[in-house]
Amino acid sequence: MKIVLAAALVALGALPAIAADTKDMKIALSNNYAGNSWRQAMLKSWDTVTKQAVSDGVIAEAPAFTTSENQATEQAGQIQNMILQGYNAIVIDAASPTALNGAIRQACDAGIVVVTFDGIATEPCAYRIAVDFKKLGSMQIDFFKSRGLKGNLLEIRGLAGVFVDDEIHSGVESAVKADPDFKIVGSVHGNWTQTVAQKEVAGILPTLPDIVAVATQGGDGFGAAQAFKDAGRKEPVIFMGNRDDELAWWKQQKDANGYVTMSASIAPGSSAFAFWVAQKILAGDKVPQDMTLPITVVTQDNLEEQIKHTEKGSVTNVNYSRQDVSNILAEGQK
Amino acid sequence: MSRQALFATAERLLPAITLGLLLAAIFTEQPRAMSYFGLNLLLSLAIPIMFATLAQMMIIAINDLDLSIGSYVSLVACIGSTLLTSQPWLGALALVCGIALYAAVGALIEWRRLPSIVVTLGLSFVWLGLAVTLLPTPGGKAPAWLSGSMRAQPAFAPLPIYFAAVLSLVGWLVVSRSSFGVILRGAGGNARSVARAGWSLLGIRMAVYGMAGLLGTISGLCLLGLTTSGDANLASRYTLVSIASVILGGGSFIGGRVFPVGAVLGAMTLTLAASFLTFMRINADWQIGAQGFILVAVLALRAMLSRGREAA
Repeated sequence: MKIVLAAALVALGALPAIAADTKDMKIALSNNYAGNSWRQAMLKSWDTVTKQAVSDGVIAEAPAFTTSENQATEQAGQIQNMILQGYNAIVIDAASPTALNGAIRQACDAGIVVVTFDGIATEPCAYRIAVDFKKLGSMQIDFFKSRGLKGNLLEIRGLAGVFVDDEIHSGVESAVKADPDFKIVGSVHGNWTQTVAQKEVAGILPTLPDIVAVATQGGDGFGAAQAFKDAGRKEPVIFMGNRDDELAWWKQQKDANGYVTMSASIAPGSSAFAFWVAQKILAGDKVPQDMTLPITVVTQDNLEEQIKHTEKGSVTNVNYSRQDVSNILAEGQK
Repeated sequence: MSRQALFATAERLLPAITLGLLLAAIFTEQPRAMSYFGLNLLLSLAIPIMFATLAQMMIIAINDLDLSIGSYVSLVACIGSTLLTSQPWLGALALVCGIALYAAVGALIEWRRLPSIVVTLGLSFVWLGLAVTLLPTPGGKAPAWLSGSMRAQPAFAPLPIYFAAVLSLVGWLVVSRSSFGVILRGAGGNARSVARAGWSLLGIRMAVYGMAGLLGTISGLCLLGLTTSGDANLASRYTLVSIASVILGGGSFIGGRVFPVGAVLGAMTLTLAASFLTFMRINADWQIGAQGFILVAVLALRAMLSRGREAA
């Protein structure tokens, strides 16, 4: 009733659009894990954006909660607690795509808006902000193609058995299959970690012919570069993953010998994106149930600019504003 | 009442007092929780933990420890969300096989005199492997009757309260009042004398592990009913939570000293402790520590009471 009334007032022009609707509402972040640089940056983005939103009077409160053991049952309990605490919307980075469905259903039944992002949930009543990981794989091959490269590729994969690794890999694989110019001659699991990638690549290099390019998943590019250098081999085009060490290396190579590559990953600011989506839904805006998070790309031209958005030991970030989110959603609907 | 009896009563009542204090704290912090809806939300995830705790309690009663219960509960949830929905008879058969395997493991431990910790630790990887084979990526769907019955809203009190009451009563009747209970606790207290009295320790161990398997199966089904779909790592934390709940409920690792009512209360206490810490807005980094602190405080109190009883 209250929402309807508020919407009517907005329509009549009696209230300014954003500020009045949701200023008494509360949005909570339920996060399952905080143990890596991406998640830390994600929580920081949430903090920055929501603090500003609270002081602007857009929202009453937007605290973040992280479960201590990264377990689905624990996060389900956390969501149930949030229902009791009377939040109007819950934004979730889920520990499991399915195990939270029961708790999310309860939240929806209690009239709470549920937005899942990054780690999304399959429950139909929740909004999903997914990442197109397949595209993150295929765009690498497209980039190599646009550079006029031909020949052997090395693929560095992520953590075996994890959904994200499978998705990116299948993107790379299908793009290579469609293109007779490329052939994957080696594949290692770098676990998205510089040291692991370096060790694994160093191990497989002696068995490989000349490599023209390396497809990666982020966090592993700098390690791969080190391994090629140590083996005394020519540096191939290594696709980067927006990590601070990767960009720094790229910059150094670019200045030294005009090295050209590209870098892409998901900005940790996706939490801010999810926050604005939740806020827009509360404000009565129409938002699609399934959305796709934009991939943040660093190119030869904006490298210097993007390095400024990348903190030491972290990932290139974008703090989405409400307007950014509106623009991206409008573009997605075209 | 003598002082000794007073201390003994206080010790027995400790799990109930702990739970009461925690509930009171939650109600003052979050008055909305003091309702049918609120209690249901707070305690619904305690239902599978209660069953897992009772499964662990059976094993602890005979001085063993089950490190595989968490992954077994996850496996049951995976069977439930795949086979039980698509081919109900095959699913039911798989669940029965799981219970039979549990009993067989009990027999193996008795027969070869193996340490239960090692066997069950190994077994936990077997369960996880089976679960991943069945359900490589999280998904599946719980049978409608299961998710429907876990959403039931009975009259007077929310579902978890009924579960707690019935489980406490049945557990108390079986463990503390029946002749099977006497043998069970006897096998934990002094296995040799039970064997000398003509009981087969092999049979006892098989029965105990089989019952633990049955309780673990019910736990997995309840959990699946709540989450509505499976995940191979759904319940991995239940292993440690169930052990902590048994101990919190007054049980000991040796001597066949277990208390079903206490164990049920312990399971509810541990579930609520996490909620309480969230309501208090305690930072996640401190939450595990704070939970541990609650556990240590209760156990220290119990040790004091039991020393007081012995001194009196």
